[in-house]
Amino acid sequence: MSDNTLFIVFIAILGGALRVSTPFMFVALGECLTEKSGRVNLGLEGTLVLGAMSAYAISYHTGSPWLGVLAAGCAGSALGAMHGYICKLPKVNDVAIGIAMMLFGTGLAFFFGKAYIQPTAPRLGSIPLGDWTGNAQLATALQINSLLIIGILVAMAMSWAFANTKWGLIIRMTGDSAPAAMAMGVSVDLVRFLATTAGGFLAGVGGAFLSLYYPGSWNQGLSSGQGLMAVALVIFARWDPLRCVAAAFLFGATGAIGPALQSVGITQGYYFFNAAPYILTLFIMIASAGSKRASRDVPGELSITK
Amino acid sequence: MTEATFDATAVSPSNARRDFIVRLRSSAEYIAIPVFALVVSALLFSLFLAAIGKSPVEFFELVWRGGFGTAFSVQNTLQRAAPLILTALAVAIPARIGLITIGGEGALVLGGFASAAIAIPMLDRVPPLPTLLIMAMAGALVGGAWVGLAGALRHYRGVNETISSLLLTYIGIAIMNFFVEGALRDLTNPNKPSTKPLGDAYMIGKIPGTDVHWGLAAGIIIAILLHILMTRTTFGFAARITGGNARAALAQGLPVGRLIVTCTAIAGACAGLAGFFEVAAIQGRANASLAAGYGFTGILVSFLARHNPVAIIFVAIMFGGIVASGGLIQRRMDLPDATVLVLQGLTFVVLLVSETLYGRFAIFKAATTSDRT
Repeated sequence: MSDNTLFIVFIAILGGALRVSTPFMFVALGECLTEKSGRVNLGLEGTLVLGAMSAYAISYHTGSPWLGVLAAGCAGSALGAMHGYICKLPKVNDVAIGIAMMLFGTGLAFFFGKAYIQPTAPRLGSIPLGDWTGNAQLATALQINSLLIIGILVAMAMSWAFANTKWGLIIRMTGDSAPAAMAMGVSVDLVRFLATTAGGFLAGVGGAFLSLYYPGSWNQGLSSGQGLMAVALVIFARWDPLRCVAAAFLFGATGAIGPALQSVGITQGYYFFNAAPYILTLFIMIASAGSKRASRDVPGELSITK
Repeated sequence: MTEATFDATAVSPSNARRDFIVRLRSSAEYIAIPVFALVVSALLFSLFLAAIGKSPVEFFELVWRGGFGTAFSVQNTLQRAAPLILTALAVAIPARIGLITIGGEGALVLGGFASAAIAIPMLDRVPPLPTLLIMAMAGALVGGAWVGLAGALRHYRGVNETISSLLLTYIGIAIMNFFVEGALRDLTNPNKPSTKPLGDAYMIGKIPGTDVHWGLAAGIIIAILLHILMTRTTFGFAARITGGNARAALAQGLPVGRLIVTCTAIAGACAGLAGFFEVAAIQGRANASLAAGYGFTGILVSFLARHNPVAIIFVAIMFGGIVASGGLIQRRMDLPDATVLVLQGLTFVVLLVSETLYGRFAIFKAATTSDRT
């Protein structure tokens, strides 16, 4: 492999990481918010798919992709609110509800999405960040979407808010000890309901990125497990929004290896590289599940790590 | 507390009868509430259909006709119930030991692929019966290893089994695609990447007098055997203790790790067998059609049956009918094929919400509490 090929592969992976990471980032931030409040929403895979479908449909009907993004967020928060409301009922298992919401969300998306597989909807534009380099390939790779920047800003805002605001403290307290929150007069159910709803909104926006930017169309195979991997990614990021962003880039880069190699003519093992993000997630879960640092940072009320 | 123990030990005829009635009442609860959940989800789904301008009456009529109305549709239903029984068992057995695994789809796909792959060098060299036996074993072993891995990771590394089993599903499907579109692709079949066909001589036959393959009989027998295993043996007792309270089980000196790995491996083996039957009785080869969603519907079947292997048989037949009627509904009512997915997802959500109703109705438990206070 010559230097030039390596360079092309490197750029393709970089570009891929910038593109592929955004949905991971949004879902992970949504899940991070939900888990900080002490609840697990495994259904974000369904939220992601429903968000993608709603965004595409609304963008097609109104001609405005940003209205589509908003619609995706609303659809996501509807699913999140459903999850949040159901989980407060006694004897209901939040992991099982997550599985059910995953199936329900994908079912709804496929049902209503059937009509939108053919038509083309207006897509989100991109910001050329790499024009100064004077290198066409690098310039293409560095074309990013404003949702990526919004995602990073949201992560920074969340990180700041968890540490410095009253609301951040309330969410963390609810997640660490429900009795303590109740003693402070905080309604645990309400906090978790709101956190799950807001988390659903973020995951829905992540779906909008899938259908409106990259890959940029709607079909039933649009997301295969990104939502679920993002949930695992939160454990790896140890419930820190900024680390979620970093982890999302890592996942994006891994997902981009296969297509990058294909772009220079290496097609062997394409399916293996397709599976790379799943395998990476599994190894990351194995590595981070037992670690001391993870068990120090985990919200105390979380059922998923027990 | 002491009074309760006293009551239980004082065996008199009237007490025995009262105990029987109490048990009857509490098991009635386990049937009444899921049935209620089914009715509510049917009503909600009717509202959904009415809201998009379709007739709910026509829908349920078609489900009946497409799933159970004629001899042909009943056989079609039973054909689909076979993998559902096995994939539901793949959820039910780990559930008894306190794990929620959802890796049935992956174990089915990979088990089916393994049985198709191992058959390739044996075709025309080894007689059909031993070939099929080896295929079944390969399917069960690979499926068992796949879900067993999720169980082992859970116990020895603390990895959440729900997430890992679903990840393993995606990995399993990718592995099958890797081989089916590469090394093991049948180049004479240009339409769809598949392994080499088994050929009619190596296919599993039908149960005599019916149009249903032997997978259904196997599923029912395995369900009953697993029911006996989980309720009538020391192993099952130990597994249920672990499911109730893993820490107590450890304190008792039970081999919790071995129990967890065994239960998840049994689960995977069931799903792997489902894949074997799909290959050897329906598809005749391994390809992407194996990932038809049986693994996911099986999750719902198991939860509806409250993870009881015998109840799973009946719930699986019911959902086999719903799946079987999908094509008819699609054609007659002009609804997308995902309609069945919406119905399943809705039923699943309503069912889990109904869990909150347990213990709320006096009728199911009146005798015990009023007597002893």
